[in-house]
Amino acid sequence: MIEIDHLTKRFGLIMAVDDISFDVARGEVVGFLGPNGAGKSTTMKMATGFLRPTAGTARICEFDVLEDPLEVKQRIGYLPEGAPMWPDMTSAAFLKFIARVRGFDGAEADDRIRTAIEKTQLAGVLEQPIDTLSKGYKRRVGLAQALLHDPEVLILDEPTDGLDPNQKHEVRELIRGMADGKAIVISTHILEEVEAVCSRAVIIANGRIVADSTPEELLSRAPDHNSVTIRTSNPAAIKAALAGVDGVAAVQDIEENWLSVRPTAGSVVVDAVGAALREKDAPIDELHVERGRLDDVFRQITAKG
Amino acid sequence: MMNTMIVFRREMAGYFATPLAYVFIVIFLALSGALTFFAGGFFESDQASLIAFFNFHSWLYLILIPAISMRLWAEERRTGTIELLMTLPVTLAEAVLGKFLAAWAFAGVALALTFPIWLTVNYLGKPDNGVIIAAYCGSFLMAGGFLAVGAFVSALTKNQVIAFVVTAAICFLFIAFGTSVVLNALTEWAPGWLIDFVRSLSFTDHYSAIARGKLDLRDVFYFVSVIVLFLFLNGVAVERSKASS
Repeated sequence: MIEIDHLTKRFGLIMAVDDISFDVARGEVVGFLGPNGAGKSTTMKMATGFLRPTAGTARICEFDVLEDPLEVKQRIGYLPEGAPMWPDMTSAAFLKFIARVRGFDGAEADDRIRTAIEKTQLAGVLEQPIDTLSKGYKRRVGLAQALLHDPEVLILDEPTDGLDPNQKHEVRELIRGMADGKAIVISTHILEEVEAVCSRAVIIANGRIVADSTPEELLSRAPDHNSVTIRTSNPAAIKAALAGVDGVAAVQDIEENWLSVRPTAGSVVVDAVGAALREKDAPIDELHVERGRLDDVFRQITAKG
Repeated sequence: MMNTMIVFRREMAGYFATPLAYVFIVIFLALSGALTFFAGGFFESDQASLIAFFNFHSWLYLILIPAISMRLWAEERRTGTIELLMTLPVTLAEAVLGKFLAAWAFAGVALALTFPIWLTVNYLGKPDNGVIIAAYCGSFLMAGGFLAVGAFVSALTKNQVIAFVVTAAICFLFIAFGTSVVLNALTEWAPGWLIDFVRSLSFTDHYSAIARGKLDLRDVFYFVSVIVLFLFLNGVAVERSKASS
Protein backbone atom coordinates (compact mmCIF):
# COMPACT_ATOMS: atom_id res chain seq x y z
CA MET A 1 0.00 0.00 0.00
CA ILE A 2 2.99 2.25 0.44
CA GLU A 3 5.49 2.27 -2.35
CA ILE A 4 8.56 4.38 -1.87
CA ASP A 5 10.02 4.58 -5.34
CA HIS A 6 13.59 5.84 -5.66
CA LEU A 7 12.94 8.84 -3.46
CA THR A 8 15.76 11.35 -3.50
CA LYS A 9 16.08 14.72 -1.82
CA ARG A 10 18.96 17.09 -2.09
CA PHE A 11 19.26 20.26 0.01
CA GLY A 12 21.89 22.33 -1.75
CA LEU A 13 25.00 20.18 -1.67
CA ILE A 14 23.67 17.83 0.99
CA MET A 15 22.16 14.57 -0.16
CA ALA A 16 19.53 14.09 2.56
CA VAL A 17 17.81 11.10 0.98
CA ASP A 18 19.60 9.15 -1.69
CA ASP A 19 17.53 6.85 -3.87
CA ILE A 20 15.44 5.06 -1.26
CA SER A 21 12.94 2.39 -2.32
CA PHE A 22 10.81 0.04 -0.27
CA ASP A 23 7.22 -1.20 -0.15
CA VAL A 24 4.92 -1.68 2.79
CA ALA A 25 2.02 -4.12 2.47
CA ARG A 26 -1.29 -4.18 4.34
CA GLY A 27 -0.82 -5.65 7.80
CA GLU A 28 2.82 -4.70 8.07
CA VAL A 29 4.28 -2.45 10.73
CA VAL A 30 7.58 -1.20 9.46
CA GLY A 31 10.12 0.38 11.76
CA PHE A 32 12.05 3.06 9.94
CA LEU A 33 15.37 3.38 11.70
CA GLY A 34 18.52 5.34 11.41
CA PRO A 35 20.82 7.65 13.30
CA ASN A 36 19.71 11.27 13.72
CA GLY A 37 20.08 13.10 10.44
CA ALA A 38 19.97 9.91 8.37
CA GLY A 39 16.98 11.14 6.37
CA LYS A 40 14.05 9.45 8.13
CA SER A 41 11.92 12.55 8.57
CA THR A 42 12.78 13.88 5.13
CA THR A 43 11.64 10.59 3.58
CA MET A 44 8.38 10.73 5.52
CA LYS A 45 7.80 14.34 4.54
CA MET A 46 8.14 13.40 0.90
CA ALA A 47 5.89 10.34 1.22
CA THR A 48 3.13 12.45 2.79
CA GLY A 49 3.32 15.13 0.12
CA PHE A 50 4.80 17.87 2.27
CA LEU A 51 8.18 18.02 0.57
CA ARG A 52 8.68 17.75 -3.15
CA PRO A 53 11.31 15.11 -3.94
CA THR A 54 14.34 16.01 -6.04
CA ALA A 55 13.77 12.71 -7.85
CA GLY A 56 11.60 9.63 -7.50
CA THR A 57 8.13 9.47 -6.03
CA ALA A 58 5.94 7.67 -3.53
CA ARG A 59 2.63 5.93 -4.13
CA ILE A 60 0.01 5.47 -1.46
CA CYS A 61 -2.78 3.01 -2.29
CA GLU A 62 -1.79 3.33 -5.95
CA PHE A 63 -2.01 7.14 -5.92
CA ASP A 64 1.11 9.04 -6.86
CA VAL A 65 1.94 11.70 -4.31
CA LEU A 66 3.14 14.08 -7.01
CA GLU A 67 0.17 13.61 -9.31
CA ASP A 68 -2.70 13.14 -6.85
CA PRO A 69 -1.54 14.78 -3.62
CA LEU A 70 -5.09 15.20 -2.30
CA GLU A 71 -6.00 11.54 -2.82
CA VAL A 72 -2.81 10.60 -1.02
CA LYS A 73 -3.40 12.99 1.86
CA GLN A 74 -6.92 11.64 2.36
CA ARG A 75 -5.58 8.12 2.78
CA ILE A 76 -2.75 8.89 5.16
CA GLY A 77 -2.78 9.53 8.87
CA TYR A 78 0.39 11.40 9.57
CA LEU A 79 2.04 12.38 12.82
CA PRO A 80 4.80 14.83 11.95
CA GLU A 81 8.00 14.91 13.97
CA GLY A 82 7.43 16.54 17.35
CA ALA A 83 3.62 16.37 16.90
CA PRO A 84 3.14 20.05 15.98
CA MET A 85 -0.31 21.46 16.81
CA TRP A 86 -1.87 24.89 17.22
CA PRO A 87 -1.08 25.73 20.84
CA ASP A 88 -4.10 27.96 21.52
CA MET A 89 -6.71 25.44 20.44
CA THR A 90 -8.29 23.05 22.89
CA SER A 91 -7.96 19.36 22.08
CA ALA A 92 -11.68 19.21 21.37
CA ALA A 93 -11.60 22.17 18.95
CA PHE A 94 -8.51 20.76 17.31
CA LEU A 95 -10.03 17.33 16.71
CA LYS A 96 -13.22 18.95 15.46
CA PHE A 97 -11.20 20.95 12.95
CA ILE A 98 -9.42 17.80 11.80
CA ALA A 99 -12.75 15.99 11.42
CA ARG A 100 -14.13 18.82 9.27
CA VAL A 101 -11.04 18.94 7.08
CA ARG A 102 -11.31 15.18 6.69
CA GLY A 103 -14.82 15.72 5.37
CA PHE A 104 -16.88 14.50 8.34
CA ASP A 105 -19.90 16.40 9.53
CA GLY A 106 -22.56 16.23 12.20
CA ALA A 107 -23.09 12.91 13.93
CA GLU A 108 -20.42 11.13 11.94
CA ALA A 109 -17.83 13.70 12.97
CA ASP A 110 -18.84 13.32 16.63
CA ASP A 111 -18.59 9.57 16.26
CA ARG A 112 -15.14 9.68 14.73
CA ILE A 113 -13.91 12.09 17.35
CA ARG A 114 -15.32 9.97 20.16
CA THR A 115 -13.63 6.84 18.82
CA ALA A 116 -10.30 8.62 18.44
CA ILE A 117 -10.58 10.00 21.97
CA GLU A 118 -11.32 6.55 23.36
CA LYS A 119 -8.42 4.96 21.54
CA THR A 120 -5.97 7.55 22.80
CA GLN A 121 -7.57 8.03 26.23
CA LEU A 122 -7.90 11.77 25.95
CA ALA A 123 -11.24 12.20 27.66
CA GLY A 124 -9.89 14.14 30.63
CA VAL A 125 -8.12 16.93 28.79
CA LEU A 126 -10.49 17.86 25.98
CA GLU A 127 -11.23 21.37 27.14
CA GLN A 128 -7.62 22.33 27.84
CA PRO A 129 -5.60 24.37 25.37
CA ILE A 130 -3.04 22.06 23.76
CA ASP A 131 -0.35 24.42 25.01
CA THR A 132 -1.00 23.43 28.61
CA LEU A 133 -0.90 19.66 28.08
CA SER A 134 1.96 17.43 29.15
CA LYS A 135 4.19 15.95 26.50
CA GLY A 136 2.47 12.60 26.75
CA TYR A 137 -0.98 14.07 26.25
CA LYS A 138 0.20 16.25 23.37
CA ARG A 139 1.58 13.21 21.63
CA ARG A 140 -1.72 11.41 22.16
CA VAL A 141 -3.67 14.33 20.70
CA GLY A 142 -1.33 14.11 17.71
CA LEU A 143 -2.05 10.40 17.42
CA ALA A 144 -5.81 10.97 17.74
CA GLN A 145 -5.53 13.43 14.85
CA ALA A 146 -3.72 10.85 12.73
CA LEU A 147 -6.22 8.08 13.53
CA LEU A 148 -9.41 10.07 13.28
CA HIS A 149 -10.35 9.09 9.73
CA ASP A 150 -9.28 5.47 10.25
CA PRO A 151 -6.76 5.72 7.41
CA GLU A 152 -5.39 2.77 5.49
CA VAL A 153 -1.88 4.12 5.82
CA LEU A 154 -0.32 5.48 8.99
CA ILE A 155 2.97 7.31 8.95
CA LEU A 156 4.18 8.19 12.43
CA ASP A 157 7.38 10.12 12.94
CA GLU A 158 8.77 9.19 16.36
CA PRO A 159 5.39 8.50 17.99
CA THR A 160 6.88 7.65 21.39
CA ASP A 161 9.59 10.30 21.55
CA GLY A 162 9.63 11.97 24.94
CA LEU A 163 7.06 9.68 26.57
CA ASP A 164 7.57 7.88 29.85
CA PRO A 165 7.76 4.06 29.85
CA ASN A 166 4.05 3.64 30.65
CA GLN A 167 3.00 5.98 27.88
CA LYS A 168 5.38 4.30 25.46
CA HIS A 169 3.79 1.00 26.30
CA GLU A 170 0.29 2.39 25.70
CA VAL A 171 1.23 3.89 22.35
CA ARG A 172 2.85 0.65 21.26
CA GLU A 173 -0.24 -1.32 22.28
CA LEU A 174 -2.32 1.11 20.26
CA ILE A 175 -0.15 0.70 17.19
CA ARG A 176 -0.07 -3.06 17.51
CA GLY A 177 -3.84 -3.11 17.87
CA MET A 178 -4.30 -1.26 14.61
CA ALA A 179 -1.83 -3.24 12.55
CA ASP A 180 -4.42 -5.47 10.90
CA GLY A 181 -5.72 -3.97 7.72
CA LYS A 182 -3.36 -1.03 7.69
CA ALA A 183 0.10 -0.32 6.44
CA ILE A 184 2.05 1.43 9.18
CA VAL A 185 5.46 3.05 9.14
CA ILE A 186 6.94 4.36 12.36
CA SER A 187 10.28 6.06 12.58
CA THR A 188 12.20 5.69 15.76
CA HIS A 189 15.66 5.39 17.13
CA ILE A 190 14.53 3.27 20.05
CA LEU A 191 15.41 -0.26 19.10
CA GLU A 192 13.33 -2.02 21.73
CA GLU A 193 10.36 -0.43 19.98
CA VAL A 194 11.18 -2.28 16.81
CA GLU A 195 11.22 -5.60 18.62
CA ALA A 196 8.01 -4.68 20.42
CA VAL A 197 5.80 -3.59 17.52
CA CYS A 198 7.42 -3.97 14.12
CA SER A 199 7.16 -6.87 11.74
CA ARG A 200 9.96 -5.44 9.66
CA ALA A 201 12.76 -2.93 10.01
CA VAL A 202 14.21 -0.66 7.35
CA ILE A 203 17.46 0.91 8.48
CA ILE A 204 18.92 3.91 6.72
CA ALA A 205 22.18 5.75 7.18
CA ASN A 206 23.39 8.79 5.30
CA GLY A 207 20.27 8.79 3.17
CA ARG A 208 20.62 5.21 1.96
CA ILE A 209 18.98 1.94 2.98
CA VAL A 210 21.54 -0.26 4.70
CA ALA A 211 19.22 -3.02 5.89
CA ASP A 212 15.64 -4.14 5.21
CA SER A 213 14.68 -7.19 7.17
CA THR A 214 12.72 -8.71 10.06
CA PRO A 215 13.83 -7.91 13.59
CA GLU A 216 14.68 -11.62 14.06
CA GLU A 217 16.92 -11.70 11.05
CA LEU A 218 18.63 -8.50 12.18
CA LEU A 219 19.19 -10.02 15.59
CA SER A 220 20.87 -12.99 14.01
CA ARG A 221 23.50 -10.60 12.71
CA ALA A 222 24.50 -9.70 16.24
CA PRO A 223 28.01 -10.91 17.04
CA ASP A 224 26.79 -12.82 20.08
CA HIS A 225 23.57 -14.17 18.57
CA ASN A 226 22.89 -17.73 19.76
CA SER A 227 26.07 -17.80 21.78
CA VAL A 228 25.83 -19.60 25.13
CA THR A 229 26.90 -17.82 28.28
CA ILE A 230 27.95 -19.99 31.18
CA ARG A 231 28.77 -19.19 34.80
CA THR A 232 30.94 -21.80 36.40
CA SER A 233 33.32 -22.32 39.29
CA ASN A 234 35.74 -24.21 37.06
CA PRO A 235 36.25 -22.58 33.66
CA ALA A 236 39.11 -24.87 32.74
CA ALA A 237 36.92 -27.98 33.05
CA ILE A 238 34.26 -26.42 30.84
CA LYS A 239 36.77 -25.47 28.19
CA ALA A 240 38.15 -28.97 28.20
CA ALA A 241 34.66 -30.50 27.98
CA LEU A 242 33.70 -28.33 25.01
CA ALA A 243 36.85 -28.84 23.00
CA GLY A 244 35.95 -30.49 19.73
CA VAL A 245 32.14 -30.26 20.14
CA ASP A 246 30.38 -29.80 16.78
CA GLY A 247 29.31 -26.24 16.03
CA VAL A 248 31.43 -24.58 18.69
CA ALA A 249 33.69 -22.01 17.11
CA ALA A 250 35.37 -20.66 20.23
CA VAL A 251 35.08 -20.50 24.00
CA GLN A 252 35.98 -17.10 25.38
CA ASP A 253 36.43 -15.74 28.89
CA ILE A 254 34.11 -12.79 29.44
CA GLU A 255 35.08 -12.14 33.03
CA GLU A 256 35.99 -14.23 36.02
CA ASN A 257 33.90 -17.42 36.08
CA TRP A 258 31.92 -16.34 33.02
CA LEU A 259 32.43 -17.98 29.64
CA SER A 260 30.91 -17.33 26.26
CA VAL A 261 30.58 -20.16 23.80
CA ARG A 262 30.45 -18.82 20.25
CA PRO A 263 28.78 -21.00 17.65
CA THR A 264 29.98 -21.36 14.08
CA ALA A 265 27.95 -19.19 11.71
CA GLY A 266 24.28 -20.07 11.59
CA SER A 267 24.34 -23.00 14.00
CA VAL A 268 22.55 -23.47 17.29
CA VAL A 269 24.81 -25.02 19.87
CA VAL A 270 22.94 -24.94 23.11
CA ASP A 271 21.85 -28.60 22.89
CA ALA A 272 25.29 -29.87 21.97
CA VAL A 273 26.91 -27.77 24.67
CA GLY A 274 24.46 -28.99 27.29
CA ALA A 275 24.96 -32.62 26.31
CA ALA A 276 28.74 -32.33 26.34
CA LEU A 277 28.76 -30.67 29.76
CA ARG A 278 26.41 -33.24 31.29
CA GLU A 279 28.51 -36.04 29.91
CA LYS A 280 31.70 -34.64 31.45
CA ASP A 281 29.80 -33.62 34.58
CA ALA A 282 31.31 -30.12 34.42
CA PRO A 283 30.15 -27.72 37.13
CA ILE A 284 27.60 -25.16 35.83
CA ASP A 285 26.01 -22.47 37.99
CA GLU A 286 24.10 -20.75 35.22
CA LEU A 287 23.62 -21.14 31.48
CA HIS A 288 21.68 -19.11 28.99
CA VAL A 289 21.47 -18.43 25.28
CA GLU A 290 22.11 -14.89 24.05
CA ARG A 291 19.66 -13.49 21.51
CA GLY A 292 21.96 -10.70 20.58
CA ARG A 293 21.12 -7.04 20.87
CA LEU A 294 19.65 -4.88 18.14
CA ASP A 295 21.73 -1.99 19.43
CA ASP A 296 24.87 -3.84 18.45
CA VAL A 297 23.49 -4.69 15.03
CA PHE A 298 22.33 -1.13 14.53
CA ARG A 299 25.73 0.26 15.41
CA GLN A 300 27.48 -2.27 13.25
CA ILE A 301 25.28 -1.52 10.24
CA THR A 302 25.03 2.25 10.47
CA ALA A 303 28.63 2.97 11.45
CA LYS A 304 30.00 1.36 8.30
CA GLY A 305 29.09 4.17 5.97
CA MET B 1 -14.36 26.30 -1.16
CA MET B 2 -15.57 24.12 1.70
CA ASN B 3 -12.01 23.69 2.93
CA THR B 4 -11.34 27.42 2.62
CA MET B 5 -14.23 28.00 5.02
CA ILE B 6 -12.90 25.39 7.45
CA VAL B 7 -9.46 27.01 7.46
CA PHE B 8 -11.15 30.41 7.76
CA ARG B 9 -13.11 29.35 10.83
CA ARG B 10 -10.09 27.86 12.55
CA GLU B 11 -8.10 31.04 11.96
CA MET B 12 -10.91 33.27 13.10
CA ALA B 13 -11.36 31.24 16.29
CA GLY B 14 -7.59 31.52 16.71
CA TYR B 15 -7.78 35.31 16.89
CA PHE B 16 -10.33 35.22 19.64
CA ALA B 17 -8.70 32.35 21.57
CA THR B 18 -6.01 34.77 22.75
CA PRO B 19 -6.21 38.36 24.03
CA LEU B 20 -4.80 39.44 20.65
CA ALA B 21 -8.19 40.14 19.13
CA TYR B 22 -9.44 42.24 22.01
CA VAL B 23 -6.20 44.18 22.44
CA PHE B 24 -6.13 44.86 18.73
CA ILE B 25 -9.71 46.06 18.53
CA VAL B 26 -9.37 48.32 21.55
CA ILE B 27 -6.17 49.90 20.26
CA PHE B 28 -7.61 50.28 16.78
CA LEU B 29 -10.68 52.06 18.09
CA ALA B 30 -8.71 54.25 20.49
CA LEU B 31 -6.18 55.27 17.87
CA SER B 32 -8.72 55.93 15.15
CA GLY B 33 -10.72 58.06 17.58
CA ALA B 34 -7.69 59.98 18.78
CA LEU B 35 -6.50 60.65 15.24
CA THR B 36 -9.93 61.85 14.18
CA PHE B 37 -10.49 64.26 17.05
CA PHE B 38 -6.98 65.51 17.80
CA ALA B 39 -4.95 65.20 14.61
CA GLY B 40 -7.87 65.40 12.20
CA GLY B 41 -9.64 68.31 13.86
CA PHE B 42 -13.06 66.70 13.56
CA PHE B 43 -14.87 69.50 15.44
CA GLU B 44 -12.75 72.38 14.17
CA SER B 45 -13.56 71.59 10.55
CA ASP B 46 -17.19 72.22 11.43
CA GLN B 47 -18.44 69.89 8.71
CA ALA B 48 -20.78 66.92 8.90
CA SER B 49 -18.35 64.53 7.22
CA LEU B 50 -15.97 61.77 8.24
CA ILE B 51 -13.04 63.00 6.14
CA ALA B 52 -11.08 63.61 9.34
CA PHE B 53 -11.73 60.01 10.32
CA PHE B 54 -10.90 58.33 7.04
CA ASN B 55 -7.90 60.50 6.21
CA PHE B 56 -5.69 58.73 8.70
CA HIS B 57 -6.63 55.17 7.88
CA SER B 58 -3.62 54.46 5.70
CA TRP B 59 -1.29 55.50 8.53
CA LEU B 60 -3.33 53.62 11.08
CA TYR B 61 -3.15 50.47 8.98
CA LEU B 62 0.56 50.94 8.46
CA ILE B 63 1.09 50.14 12.13
CA LEU B 64 -1.85 47.90 12.95
CA ILE B 65 -2.29 45.66 9.92
CA PRO B 66 1.20 44.13 10.12
CA ALA B 67 0.27 43.15 13.69
CA ILE B 68 -2.55 41.00 12.33
CA SER B 69 -0.67 39.59 9.37
CA MET B 70 2.69 38.87 10.99
CA ARG B 71 1.62 35.62 12.58
CA LEU B 72 -0.33 34.21 9.63
CA TRP B 73 2.46 32.01 8.28
CA ALA B 74 5.52 32.86 10.40
CA GLU B 75 3.86 31.24 13.40
CA GLU B 76 2.95 28.11 11.43
CA ARG B 77 6.53 27.83 10.27
CA ARG B 78 7.99 28.38 13.72
CA THR B 79 5.80 25.82 15.48
CA GLY B 80 5.88 23.34 12.59
CA THR B 81 2.10 23.28 12.23
CA ILE B 82 2.61 24.17 8.59
CA GLU B 83 3.60 20.53 8.13
CA LEU B 84 0.37 19.37 9.71
CA LEU B 85 -1.73 21.82 7.70
CA MET B 86 -0.11 21.02 4.38
CA THR B 87 -0.38 17.25 4.85
CA LEU B 88 -4.11 17.47 5.50
CA PRO B 89 -6.31 17.21 2.42
CA VAL B 90 -6.28 20.98 1.90
CA THR B 91 -4.77 22.59 -1.17
CA LEU B 92 -2.25 25.39 -0.96
CA ALA B 93 -4.73 27.83 -2.52
CA GLU B 94 -7.41 26.92 0.02
CA ALA B 95 -5.01 27.43 2.92
CA VAL B 96 -3.70 30.75 1.59
CA LEU B 97 -7.18 32.05 0.86
CA GLY B 98 -8.74 30.82 4.11
CA LYS B 99 -6.05 32.44 6.21
CA PHE B 100 -6.17 35.70 4.30
CA LEU B 101 -9.95 35.92 4.42
CA ALA B 102 -9.94 35.31 8.17
CA ALA B 103 -7.45 38.13 8.71
CA TRP B 104 -9.42 40.39 6.40
CA ALA B 105 -12.72 39.60 8.10
CA PHE B 106 -11.10 40.31 11.45
CA ALA B 107 -9.86 43.68 10.21
CA GLY B 108 -13.38 44.23 8.92
CA VAL B 109 -14.83 43.58 12.37
CA ALA B 110 -12.47 46.17 13.86
CA LEU B 111 -13.42 48.65 11.17
CA ALA B 112 -17.15 48.00 11.62
CA LEU B 113 -16.82 48.67 15.34
CA THR B 114 -15.99 52.30 14.55
CA PHE B 115 -19.71 52.76 13.79
CA PRO B 116 -20.27 55.08 16.81
CA ILE B 117 -18.41 57.81 14.95
CA TRP B 118 -20.81 57.39 12.07
CA LEU B 119 -23.75 57.66 14.50
CA THR B 120 -22.11 60.76 16.03
CA VAL B 121 -21.75 62.57 12.75
CA ASN B 122 -25.34 61.75 11.84
CA TYR B 123 -26.47 63.07 15.20
CA LEU B 124 -24.52 66.30 14.78
CA GLY B 125 -25.47 67.06 11.23
CA LYS B 126 -26.52 65.76 7.85
CA PRO B 127 -23.52 64.01 6.28
CA ASP B 128 -23.61 62.37 2.86
CA ASN B 129 -24.01 58.75 3.98
CA GLY B 130 -23.29 57.50 0.46
CA VAL B 131 -19.81 58.98 0.68
CA ILE B 132 -19.32 57.44 4.09
CA ILE B 133 -20.33 53.98 2.85
CA ALA B 134 -17.96 54.34 -0.11
CA ALA B 135 -15.19 55.42 2.26
CA TYR B 136 -15.80 52.40 4.48
CA CYS B 137 -15.58 50.17 1.39
CA GLY B 138 -12.38 51.89 0.33
CA SER B 139 -10.87 51.53 3.77
CA PHE B 140 -11.77 47.86 3.87
CA LEU B 141 -10.24 47.29 0.43
CA MET B 142 -7.08 49.07 1.48
CA ALA B 143 -6.89 46.91 4.61
CA GLY B 144 -7.10 43.89 2.29
CA GLY B 145 -4.18 45.23 0.25
CA PHE B 146 -2.06 45.74 3.33
CA LEU B 147 -3.01 42.30 4.65
CA ALA B 148 -2.10 40.54 1.41
CA VAL B 149 1.34 42.17 1.51
CA GLY B 150 1.62 41.15 5.16
CA ALA B 151 0.54 37.56 4.50
CA PHE B 152 3.18 37.25 1.80
CA VAL B 153 5.95 38.67 3.99
CA SER B 154 4.85 36.44 6.87
CA ALA B 155 5.42 33.38 4.69
CA LEU B 156 9.02 34.45 4.08
CA THR B 157 10.17 34.15 7.68
CA LYS B 158 9.72 32.21 10.90
CA ASN B 159 10.15 35.38 12.92
CA GLN B 160 7.05 37.46 13.59
CA VAL B 161 9.01 40.59 14.46
CA ILE B 162 10.80 40.49 11.12
CA ALA B 163 7.46 39.93 9.41
CA PHE B 164 6.03 42.99 11.19
CA VAL B 165 8.90 45.31 10.37
CA VAL B 166 9.28 44.27 6.74
CA THR B 167 5.53 44.46 6.14
CA ALA B 168 5.39 47.93 7.64
CA ALA B 169 8.34 49.01 5.48
CA ILE B 170 6.76 47.74 2.25
CA CYS B 171 3.40 49.24 3.13
CA PHE B 172 5.12 52.52 3.91
CA LEU B 173 6.47 52.53 0.36
CA PHE B 174 2.98 51.93 -0.99
CA ILE B 175 1.75 54.91 0.98
CA ALA B 176 4.77 57.11 0.30
CA PHE B 177 4.41 56.77 -3.47
CA GLY B 178 1.38 59.00 -3.27
CA THR B 179 2.82 61.68 -1.01
CA SER B 180 4.01 65.03 -2.27
CA VAL B 181 7.50 64.34 -0.88
CA VAL B 182 8.10 61.50 -3.30
CA LEU B 183 6.23 63.07 -6.19
CA ASN B 184 8.00 66.41 -5.85
CA ALA B 185 11.36 64.67 -5.72
CA LEU B 186 10.46 63.00 -9.01
CA THR B 187 9.17 66.06 -10.86
CA GLU B 188 12.69 67.53 -10.98
CA TRP B 189 13.92 64.96 -13.44
CA ALA B 190 11.52 62.11 -14.14
CA PRO B 191 9.31 61.95 -17.23
CA GLY B 192 5.62 62.47 -16.68
CA TRP B 193 4.63 58.86 -17.31
CA LEU B 194 6.95 57.66 -14.55
CA ILE B 195 5.43 60.08 -12.07
CA ASP B 196 1.97 58.93 -13.05
CA PHE B 197 3.05 55.34 -12.75
CA VAL B 198 4.52 55.82 -9.28
CA ARG B 199 1.46 57.71 -8.17
CA SER B 200 -0.80 54.99 -9.53
CA LEU B 201 0.97 52.41 -7.37
CA SER B 202 0.10 54.31 -4.24
CA PHE B 203 -2.50 52.95 -1.84
CA THR B 204 -3.45 56.43 -0.68
CA ASP B 205 -4.14 57.74 -4.17
CA HIS B 206 -6.69 55.03 -4.90
CA TYR B 207 -8.05 55.06 -1.39
CA SER B 208 -8.65 58.81 -1.19
CA ALA B 209 -10.41 58.69 -4.55
CA ILE B 210 -12.87 56.15 -3.12
CA ALA B 211 -13.05 57.96 0.24
CA ARG B 212 -14.19 61.13 -1.49
CA GLY B 213 -17.21 59.16 -2.61
CA LYS B 214 -16.12 58.22 -6.09
CA LEU B 215 -16.34 54.44 -6.09
CA ASP B 216 -14.49 54.06 -9.38
CA LEU B 217 -14.13 50.47 -10.60
CA ARG B 218 -10.52 51.17 -11.55
CA ASP B 219 -9.64 51.91 -7.95
CA VAL B 220 -11.45 48.80 -6.77
CA PHE B 221 -9.69 46.80 -9.45
CA TYR B 222 -6.36 48.19 -8.25
CA PHE B 223 -6.83 46.86 -4.72
CA VAL B 224 -8.19 43.55 -5.95
CA SER B 225 -5.16 43.08 -8.19
CA VAL B 226 -2.78 43.96 -5.35
CA ILE B 227 -4.51 41.34 -3.20
CA VAL B 228 -4.45 38.69 -5.92
CA LEU B 229 -0.81 39.36 -6.79
CA PHE B 230 0.41 39.17 -3.21
CA LEU B 231 -1.67 36.11 -2.41
CA PHE B 232 -0.13 34.40 -5.41
CA LEU B 233 3.33 35.35 -4.13
CA ASN B 234 2.20 34.13 -0.73
CA GLY B 235 1.51 30.69 -2.20
CA VAL B 236 4.90 30.61 -3.90
CA ALA B 237 6.59 31.62 -0.65
CA VAL B 238 4.81 28.90 1.34
CA GLU B 239 5.76 26.30 -1.25
CA ARG B 240 9.38 27.39 -1.05
CA SER B 241 9.43 27.61 2.72
CA LYS B 242 8.54 23.95 3.14
CA ALA B 243 12.02 22.91 2.15
CA SER B 244 13.51 24.79 5.07
CA SER B 245 11.04 23.97 7.81
